[in-house]
Amino acid sequence: MSVEAEPRMVGVDLQENEENRAIVEAVEADNEDLTVRHMPGLIRLTKPGRLVINQASVEQRLGRPWETHEFQLAIVSYFGEIVEWDDDEIVIAWKH
Amino acid sequence: MSVPTQKPVRKLSMKQRYSALTHDLDWPLSYVEEDDAFPYTKFEGIKVHDWSKWEDPFRLTVESYNKYQAEKDRRLYAVLDGFAQSQGQLSLSDASYMNAMKIFLQGIPSGEYQAHRNFAHLARYLNGPGARFASLCQSMDELRHAQTEIHTLSHYNKFFGGMHDWNKMSDRVWYLSVPKSFFDDAGTAGPFEWLIAIGFSFEYLLTNLLFVPFMSGAAFNGDLPTMTFGFSAQSDESRHMTLGLEGIKFMLEQDEDNLPIVQAWLDKWFWRGYRLISLVAGMMDYMLPKRVMSWKEAFELYFEEQMLNGLFKDLAYYGIKPPRDVEWAIQEKEILSHQVYWILYQFSHAAAFTTTVPNAQDQAWLAEAYPETWPIYKSVVWDKAQKVMDEGGRYFNPGLPQLCQVCQIPMGFTEPGDPMTQCQRHSIYEGERYDTCSDGCKWIFEREPEKYVQAWLPVHQIYQGNCGGPTLPDVAVWYGLEPGDGGEYVGSMDQLDWAAWHASTVKEG
Repeated sequence: MSVEAEPRMVGVDLQENEENRAIVEAVEADNEDLTVRHMPGLIRLTKPGRLVINQASVEQRLGRPWETHEFQLAIVSYFGEIVEWDDDEIVIAWKH
Repeated sequence: MSVPTQKPVRKLSMKQRYSALTHDLDWPLSYVEEDDAFPYTKFEGIKVHDWSKWEDPFRLTVESYNKYQAEKDRRLYAVLDGFAQSQGQLSLSDASYMNAMKIFLQGIPSGEYQAHRNFAHLARYLNGPGARFASLCQSMDELRHAQTEIHTLSHYNKFFGGMHDWNKMSDRVWYLSVPKSFFDDAGTAGPFEWLIAIGFSFEYLLTNLLFVPFMSGAAFNGDLPTMTFGFSAQSDESRHMTLGLEGIKFMLEQDEDNLPIVQAWLDKWFWRGYRLISLVAGMMDYMLPKRVMSWKEAFELYFEEQMLNGLFKDLAYYGIKPPRDVEWAIQEKEILSHQVYWILYQFSHAAAFTTTVPNAQDQAWLAEAYPETWPIYKSVVWDKAQKVMDEGGRYFNPGLPQLCQVCQIPMGFTEPGDPMTQCQRHSIYEGERYDTCSDGCKWIFEREPEKYVQAWLPVHQIYQGNCGGPTLPDVAVWYGLEPGDGGEYVGSMDQLDWAAWHASTVKEG
């Protein structure tokens, strides 16, 4: 069993495609200790504690406006809880 | 790199838009009592004090829902057209891959449709506007899934057996009573139990085990359409997971008295869902010519790591414990797929898919994925089945199997820690004996015997004369089976067609 004090993992699975590469790069830039795993058709991003997707970071890499609702086209699955989904960021973490 | 400077000016933030277009559209009832308008939310014993506490973290509105769902469909149908135009079926890894898709088509779209209907019911009958709107979105999603699954697989129906009468089959064929009875069970429960059954246990706890390895498997086996509809559906599932999680937390936060009710539903529906997706275990390990990961690995990744080490630590805050039969499921991960596929193999003469003895490549993979258990099943089962094949025969079980009264899977599971002893549990209700496959199903039966004694068990129905006639050929006709649908894969119509298509193409170079 893992030590209780360690923050638990959260994660998100995205479709692997051209557009989502910008999202993956943005998440990599904004989240320390991120693990990236490639599976056929999928990219799996996991991290202890809290995972953030920043609108500004994604827009910078896409070179066009990107609203956070668009993340729905990229996401395949996640684990953790969506604790924030706002205009400027999406945050996945455990609440308790 | 510069950030684009021109952004459309918005009057409201996402939070405000969501609030204005969902919660604010609700109104207090003036000339009808609340209990008359929403008559189904009291009888299960769940206490709710403040429905406005139910929020959708996705903050979806009708406008954003339509916009992104339309885009998802556009992308999917572009792929379907391209695949059909390029004769994509020829570049699958092997014709035998289709067997997994046959079971999927026969078993899943009708379940999606049932989910559509029940969420539509919730969209009308839950008291709170946030909960109603999230249910409405999910209802429309489920209808979209049923439709896109049917459209996606309709191309394959032109070339392969077993897909022509999926709708009739899902109502009648023995192994399809497993998913059908699962949704019947959930749909005849109250709205809160439905939310725990489908929204939470199925969508949040288990759906990753159904979809993600499966769609990754499709990607690996050249099945572009299935991969695309799967990922398209899964993107909706993320919202469904959220609804399920929101639902369970809402119930637990509203009143302490809800905890034991929710825990019992969770215990029940974890086991019901887990038994249902054991069919997926058999498909993943035995029916994909090219495999991405084993059932065992998927179970460890998607269930043990994400759920037991993640989610249940979160829910412990409310007093929720992991499902009561979770240890049984964990120890079964080593043997589940072997047992399920052996059931499918023995009875595929009465099915709309074909099976075969794992070939040398498959066996090497199984030996590596299951070093402890594969050698047992190889010597006890598959070497013998191969010997029958070598002598020009094919082993089919000539009898009809006993079915579990709850999960409806043939009794092919074994005692924990003892893969050679068949597991069978009994319960007596009103002087009659009922049999179940495991402690989990027995416990579920004994909680609500008056419900499960009514189960439509395909084998009992055959013996009662309700399935077309007394002989297997009569039943096969009633099931809608046609020559080439079931039986042995080697020498099947699918395999012969596949060989002919590839022999007649230009030499590869």
